[in-house]
Amino acid sequence: MELNTLTAHNLADLLKKGDISPIDICNNIIDKIEKTENKLCALAHFDKEKALERCGNLDKAAEKNLLWGIPFFIKDNICVKDELTTCSSRILKNFKPPYNATVIGKLTDLGAVLMGKTNMDEFAFGSSTETSCYGPTRNPWDTERIPGGSSGGSAAAVAGDEAIFALGSDTGGSIRQPASLCGVVGLKPTYGRVSRYGLIAFASSLDQIGPITKDVEDAAILLKAISGHDEMDSTSADVLVPDYLSGMKKSVKGLKIGVPKEYFIEGMDKEVKDSLKIAIDKLEKLGAVCEDMSLPHTEYAVSVYYLVATAEASSNLARFDGVQYGLRADNVKSMMDMYKKTRKEGFGDEAKRRIILGTFALSSGYYDAYYAKALKVRTLIKTDFDEAFQKFDAIVTPTSPTAAFKIGEKTRDPLTMYLSDIFTISANLAGIPGISIPCGFTKNNLPIGLQILGKPFDEEMILRIAYNYEQNTDWHKRKPKL
Amino acid sequence: MSYEIVIGLEVHLQLNTKSKVFCGCSTDFGSAPNTQTCPVCLGFPGSLPVLNRLSLELGARVAIALNCQIAKEIRFDRKNYFYPDLPKDYQISQFDQPLAQRGVLNIITDEAEKKIRIRRVHLEEDTGKLFHQKDSSLIDFNRSGIPLLEIVSEPDMNSPEEAYLYLTALKSVLEYLDVSDCNMEEGSLRCDANISIRKKGDKELGTKTEIKNMNSFKGVKAALEYESKRQIDLLEDGKRIIQETRLYNVERCITEPMRSKEEAHDYRYFPEPDLVPFYFKEDFLRDIEKGIPELPEPKRNRFIKDYQLSNYDAAVIVSDKDTADYFEKCARLHGNPKTVANWLMGDISAYMKENGIVIKNLNLKPERLSGMLRMIDSGVITGKIAKTLLIEIIKTGTDPEELVKEKGLEQISDINLLENAVDEAVAENQKSVVDFKNGKDNAVMFLVGRVMQKTKGRANPNKVNEMLREKLKGAK
Repeated sequence: MELNTLTAHNLADLLKKGDISPIDICNNIIDKIEKTENKLCALAHFDKEKALERCGNLDKAAEKNLLWGIPFFIKDNICVKDELTTCSSRILKNFKPPYNATVIGKLTDLGAVLMGKTNMDEFAFGSSTETSCYGPTRNPWDTERIPGGSSGGSAAAVAGDEAIFALGSDTGGSIRQPASLCGVVGLKPTYGRVSRYGLIAFASSLDQIGPITKDVEDAAILLKAISGHDEMDSTSADVLVPDYLSGMKKSVKGLKIGVPKEYFIEGMDKEVKDSLKIAIDKLEKLGAVCEDMSLPHTEYAVSVYYLVATAEASSNLARFDGVQYGLRADNVKSMMDMYKKTRKEGFGDEAKRRIILGTFALSSGYYDAYYAKALKVRTLIKTDFDEAFQKFDAIVTPTSPTAAFKIGEKTRDPLTMYLSDIFTISANLAGIPGISIPCGFTKNNLPIGLQILGKPFDEEMILRIAYNYEQNTDWHKRKPKL
Repeated sequence: MSYEIVIGLEVHLQLNTKSKVFCGCSTDFGSAPNTQTCPVCLGFPGSLPVLNRLSLELGARVAIALNCQIAKEIRFDRKNYFYPDLPKDYQISQFDQPLAQRGVLNIITDEAEKKIRIRRVHLEEDTGKLFHQKDSSLIDFNRSGIPLLEIVSEPDMNSPEEAYLYLTALKSVLEYLDVSDCNMEEGSLRCDANISIRKKGDKELGTKTEIKNMNSFKGVKAALEYESKRQIDLLEDGKRIIQETRLYNVERCITEPMRSKEEAHDYRYFPEPDLVPFYFKEDFLRDIEKGIPELPEPKRNRFIKDYQLSNYDAAVIVSDKDTADYFEKCARLHGNPKTVANWLMGDISAYMKENGIVIKNLNLKPERLSGMLRMIDSGVITGKIAKTLLIEIIKTGTDPEELVKEKGLEQISDINLLENAVDEAVAENQKSVVDFKNGKDNAVMFLVGRVMQKTKGRANPNKVNEMLREKLKGAK
C-alpha cells in the first residue's frame, strides 16, 4: 500500500488496528521523496536518517493521539531547535534556532513525527515559490507551473504525496493560494488562534500558521492540535478551541452564505468563475442559502496590504544584519559596510524590494500618506466583514483568480504577481479565518480552489461548509500523475 | 547683553524588576557577559515579546508620584535604527501614546521653590552594551531588555544649578518609590540634556544642542556650565549655534560634537504589532497610589513643622528616605530632634562617608543612639566622650550603657576624685596661673583642658572650672 497517499485520519485508523507502524509510513514517504523530489523541489531540508530515528524514538505513551506516528513537514520559516531554519534565504544560511516554535512542541507532544522543512518564497515574499534560494518548487499537476506561494513547498509536498500534511504560514494568502493551485486543503486560522512563537515574522499583524492537508477532516484535526493561547505570544487569543471534528459534521441546511460581487472581477479565468458557480449551486443543493452581497472596500485590499505588510516586514527583517547569526559578508571595512554587504548578498530581489517599499511607507514625511492611511482603510475592510457577518454565516469566493501559471510567467512584473493574492489578502487584513478546498479543474487538468471565509474564531463554520461540500464532491480524491 | 539659559533633561531609569521587560531573563548587574539572555532579548527570529506587568506598575508608580496623567490605553511602538547593541535593530518603546504625560516636580533653589514640568514618562527596553577593542567590538546582551523608564522634563530649568537640583530631587523621589537603584556609575540612571540660549525676555527658544555621555550629576552640571558658556560666546561673537548632539568629555570637561554619521535618524516609529494594548483598571491605579510612601517634599515640610528643623537640615535629612526614617525614629525615642539632627549630620554622617557605608548598613540602632544621647543629657558622659563612644558602639555593636560601664567612661563630678588632677594641672602650668592672676580669664580654660586630658575626657568640665577658679582665687 502507498501509505504516503493517505490522510492522517486514514493512517490513524490503520495504526490503531495495528496493520501498520509509523516506520512503514515513514519509509513510504522516503521512497516517494526519492522518486519525485528532484521534479518537485518541494523540500528545503530533509534528512531521512533523522526522520527514521525520530520515528523509532516515538513515545508509546502518546499512542492514543490521532496524530501519533503521523509524519509531517513544516515550512522553512518555522523554528525547530538545532535544525536548519532558513526562510529559503541566503541570509539565514546555516541558521539553527536555539528553540522550538510552539506549534512544533504541540505536534511532537501528540506523537506526530517531524520529517523536515518545505521550500518557500524567500521570507514568504511571493505567490509562486520562485524567490527561494533553493530554486523554484514545481506544481505536481504540471511541473512547468508554479505551485503558488509562499507555502508552495508545503502544498506541493502534500499534493505530490511526499507529505501526509504540512504546516504553512499565511500572511496574505500564502496557505490558501498554493493549496488552491495544488488541489489540496489549506486553512488560515483567525489571527490569534495559533501561536506565532517561533514563526519567523514577515508581517506580525497578519501572519498565521495553518495546516495544508489532503482533506477537510485532517485540517480539522490539525487545527485543533495547534490552536490555543500561548503565554509566549501576547497576540494569541485565550478563546476556547471547540471540537471541530464533531462540529463540522453538522449539516449546512439553512446556513446563509454570502457571495461578494467584488470577487468576480474582469480578468479572472472563466474556468475559475464557472467552477465557482457550480460549487455555489452545489452548496445550495445541500441546503445552504447563497446570496449575492458586497464587500465595498475590497478594491483597496491589495494596496493596503502592500503598505502594511511591507512596513512591518522592513522592521522585522532589520535583525538580519550579520551581527549574531546567519550570513555575515566577508572583507568588510566598517560596521556600516558589514550591514550593507551582508544584506546586499543575503537578500534576494523581492526581499529587497519589499524592505525598500516598507521603509519608504514608514519614513517621515510619507508615514501619514501611506502607512497611517493604510491602517485606516484596513479598519474599513474589517468593518465590511463585521457587517457582512451580521447577516451571513460565511462568505464564499474563488481562492485565486487563475489556476497555476507557468514558472517565470510573472517574475518580471511584481504587480501582476501581487494580484494573484487579490482574493486572499482581505482575510488577513480583517484577521478572519479562511479555508481553500478543491472545487474543480481546468481543461488542462489544473486544480481550482473554493475559498470559504468565516467570522473571527468561527473556524468550525468554515470547516463545516468545507466538509459538507467535500463529502458531496470528488475533487479531493484526484491525484496528480507525477 | 543679558542671556537666559534654557535646559530640559531626559532621564533614563532602569527599573528594578527581577526579570526583563519582555522576557523572563534576570536583570542582575555584574554577571558574566551574555549569561542572562534568551531568544527574546537576543532578538532571535521568531521570538516574541511578552510584557512584564511589574515594569508597568513601577512606571505607573513614578508617573503618579510626579503628578502625571496616566494613559488609559498603554501601547508600544517600534523605534527602528541599526546598531549592533540593538539585537532586533528596533527598540520597543512608546512614541505618541506614552505611559504618562504632564507631571510636575518641585525643586528648591536659593531663592524659592520652582515647579519643573514633566513632559512625558514612557517605558522601553534597554539595549546591550558594546565593548570596543583594538580592531573588533564585543557585545554583552545581559542589559538588553532591562526595563527603562524615560522621564522627559519640559525646558523649565534656567541654570546648570537648577538642572542639578532637578536631578537630585528626582533621584530622591525615585529612591523613595524604590523603583530603581538610581546608580549613575552602574548605568541604572542616565541623563541627556537639551540646552539652548536666548536673550532675556525672548519668547522663542534658541537653537538647542543635546549633550550626552555624562556619568554623574556633577558631570551634568559641569557639562551644562561649559556648554552654556560656549553657546553664549558664540552668540556674543555673532555666530550661529548648530543643532547637534554633543558628547561630554569627562577628562577635559568640555563638550564635543558627535560624529554626524551616528545621528540624524528617521526612526520610522510605528505601532508594535507583537504586543496587545494594556488597559489600567481604576482600582489597580488606586492600589498603586496607596502604596506610594510619603515623598520627600511633604516629608520635608512636616519635619520643619513637627520637629522644628531648619529648612536646610530638613532638606538634607529627607533627601534620603532611609536617613529620614532613621532620623524620625531617633527623634521620637530621644525627644530632642535638633540634637538628633546634629549628630546625624555631623559625626554619624562623617563616619559613614569615611567608611563608605549607607545608613541602611550602619550598625547603630536608633535605640542605641538615643540611649547614648540620653547619657549626655543626664550628665553620665561628656559630649567629648560621646564622640569616641559613638564609634565604639558602631564598631562593637554593644549597648552604650554597658560600654560606658565596662570601659569606665562615666563623667567624673566628684570633687574628691578630681582633686588630684586639678592640683597636678595647676602645679605643672604655673604660667597659666600667673596669667590668670594678671587678669587673663581665659587661662582657666587652658587648665580645664589639661584636666580633661588627664581624666581622658571624663571630668565634668563645669565642675573642673569651678574647682580651678576656687583654687586660683585662694592662691591669689
